[in-house]
Amino acid sequence: MQRQHPQSCSRGCLLSVPHTGQFCARVLRRQLLLAVRRPIEIGNPLLFFAIVIVLFPLGLGPSPERLVSFAPGVLWITALLSNLLTSDAVFRSDFDDGSLEQLILAPQPLFFSALAYILAHWLTTGLLLAAVSPVFALMLNLPVSALGALFVSLLLGTAVLSLLGGIGAALTVGLKRGGILISLLILPLYMPVLIFGTAAVQAAMTGAPSGPYLAILGAMLSLAIALAPLAIATGLKVSIDA
Amino acid sequence: MWTFFHKLGSPPWLYAIAGTILRWLVPITLIALVAGMIWGLLFTPPDFRQGDSYRIIYIHVPAAVVALAGYYVMAIAGAISLIWRMKMADVVMRAAAPVGAALTFIALLTGAIWGKPTWGTWWVWDARITSMLILLFLYLGVVALYESFDNKEAAGKACAVLSLVGMVNIPIVYKSVDWWYSLHQPASIKFTGESTIDPSMLYPLLLMIAAFYALFTCCLLMNIRAELLQRESRTQWVKKIASEKGAD
Repeated sequence: MQRQHPQSCSRGCLLSVPHTGQFCARVLRRQLLLAVRRPIEIGNPLLFFAIVIVLFPLGLGPSPERLVSFAPGVLWITALLSNLLTSDAVFRSDFDDGSLEQLILAPQPLFFSALAYILAHWLTTGLLLAAVSPVFALMLNLPVSALGALFVSLLLGTAVLSLLGGIGAALTVGLKRGGILISLLILPLYMPVLIFGTAAVQAAMTGAPSGPYLAILGAMLSLAIALAPLAIATGLKVSIDA
Repeated sequence: MWTFFHKLGSPPWLYAIAGTILRWLVPITLIALVAGMIWGLLFTPPDFRQGDSYRIIYIHVPAAVVALAGYYVMAIAGAISLIWRMKMADVVMRAAAPVGAALTFIALLTGAIWGKPTWGTWWVWDARITSMLILLFLYLGVVALYESFDNKEAAGKACAVLSLVGMVNIPIVYKSVDWWYSLHQPASIKFTGESTIDPSMLYPLLLMIAAFYALFTCCLLMNIRAELLQRESRTQWVKKIASEKGAD
């Protein structure tokens, strides 16, 4: 992504333009720094995950046999919802204070900077959700043999969810009330991820190989990394123009 | 040829040409629908296992086929609007969404009505049925997103992005009956190879599919005209049409 920038003149430069890689690393660092400075923002989705998990034994009854049959779906749906609720805010504050406009005007391609935003979002939600999920899985009596499949499927799956959620966030960031609309737009797209995510855990529970399902999730992730930033970039430009 | 293409970008011209097409297409559609319905319901032999209940395919299959095709229309219009920035493509996309949603709903509803006596249940979480339900949500999502923007130009672009992203669902719907073991039967009509449906039942079905395509086009054109009038309500040509209609 070598570009000739007006600033990179031959007669000594006052302004140096970072390369795309450097730029994205800075965006990522900034987003992570913002998240770390407000730890509650990181903690909220995890707390939400924990509380919603608690609702299920209360609603479905505490019998271990019944819980274990619902466990993969419960864990996955809860992870999906906490991911959905956080994706609304990915671009919100930067849209409000105008730094999103600067990002679009920057000479670096929006594709990669959008990817950096999404990576930061995934690192602060999906990765942590996957990391804490085994604890809650054990509370729901999920067999230990299925924990690995749960962790890997959430790791891959939440990354896809973050990318898809980014599309919804980009399209609705200019709207006053994006909250419920983003769910309407994005949940239909989440469904395939949910299907293969829970199928992987269920396969592992019954002793069947979960590899094929994880491979499909990986394929979805590759496709989403290649295409979703395009949609996010277009969506951000539309929202800024509106 | 190019002048025709360029003229499509002009709202009054599109409004007029849609009106001319409708004048011919509406009677043809009505005749085809009535003929197909009478042929399918009265003049085809009953199925040896399902009896007469199978006759709902004359609504169910055409609605489902055209619901999927309608998504293509919407997504391709969206792509045209994003790539060539044709404003009229936005209008086509906006017009296609509710018609497609209605057809998807009809397909799901007739499927449920047929499923009760045949499968013994209104609803199963089968791959094709579920993916058709997702299709309905995608259509409704496009409508919801469009309506929530005040700036209709931005709304068109945002919906174009969304409908293109939703395209991933369409191959899943088509292939769901082949990929997963499912209760819904695989396609009976094949363009290559022998169809697994008797010609006496096939021909009225094909007529009904053609009629539903025509019906979709009629509804699409009517919606386009309505959307154009609404969007361009401040322009001279709309005021002229309004005053002419008012004088009648």
